[in-house]
Amino acid sequence: MSIIKNINKLFDHRVRLGIMSALMVNESVDFNTLKDLLEVTDGNLASHIKALEKVEYILIQKQFIGKKTNTKYSVTKLGKAAFKTHIKALEKLIKNK
Amino acid sequence: MSEKNYLQDLSEIKNIMNRSTRFLSLSGLSGILAGVYALIGAFLARFVLKDAGFYSYNHNTINPNNLELKLIGIALVVAFLSIITAYILTKKRTLKQGVKIWDTTTKRLLFHFMIPLLTGGIFSLILLNQGFYGFVAPATLIFYGLAVLNASNYTISNVKYLGIAEIILGLIAMNYIGFGLYFWAIGFGIFHIIYGLIMYLSEPKN
Repeated sequence: MSIIKNINKLFDHRVRLGIMSALMVNESVDFNTLKDLLEVTDGNLASHIKALEKVEYILIQKQFIGKKTNTKYSVTKLGKAAFKTHIKALEKLIKNK
Repeated sequence: MSEKNYLQDLSEIKNIMNRSTRFLSLSGLSGILAGVYALIGAFLARFVLKDAGFYSYNHNTINPNNLELKLIGIALVVAFLSIITAYILTKKRTLKQGVKIWDTTTKRLLFHFMIPLLTGGIFSLILLNQGFYGFVAPATLIFYGLAVLNASNYTISNVKYLGIAEIILGLIAMNYIGFGLYFWAIGFGIFHIIYGLIMYLSEPKN
């Protein structure tokens, strides 16, 4: 099997890579934190989150902090595995060069 | 996509992971506790000043015996306790997440935080030495604010508001020489508690 096969097309974008990276090392991260971290606009971030949610790589949880709604995101088992495979493929590609 | 992009991807991943964990490290709780220590320190300092006769009408009774040393001692204990608390709370979190506490982000954070802080510390000691006691509280507030502002790029970015607030408070305090202790209690005590509470309430709970 070629290594290229393990490169996940879904992660082929800076923002999605960023979302996954942040979620991999945190139990959960909220929307504004992700926005600040990745320095993107609301709409841009929301569309990438949607794409990752659609394939069930991340989980959206809504909760209340006081009276305000707070949406936080966490990575699913599937997402974790997919991201790990992707990173391994990246590392292999660089090593083999 | 070329090889260079893959490399860039990997470093980006590492970078985001580092920065996002740093976000959790300085928790609201450590802010609240630092504020509480500072308030206790301010109360102690007030007793020490009272003891030395600072609040009596007859200024001849002022007994400056070791007063400076006592006040500096209180300030150092407050600072030490705050740092230890922040360290322990951060350590607990990093252990849970399996990341290193002493990484490049921490080093960068401390470097940018310490330069204005040490400048301010030395500046304040010179002020004390020259007898400008009244300027010490405003100076520490201003330099601390600058240090926090300078470090805000390397930790929770919201901390910059705390830095700006401390600088403004320090400048106001310059106009009310003699009330330094109260401004000190507001800046290091109340501001930290308010900031800590805001952070604490906005942190995701398990």
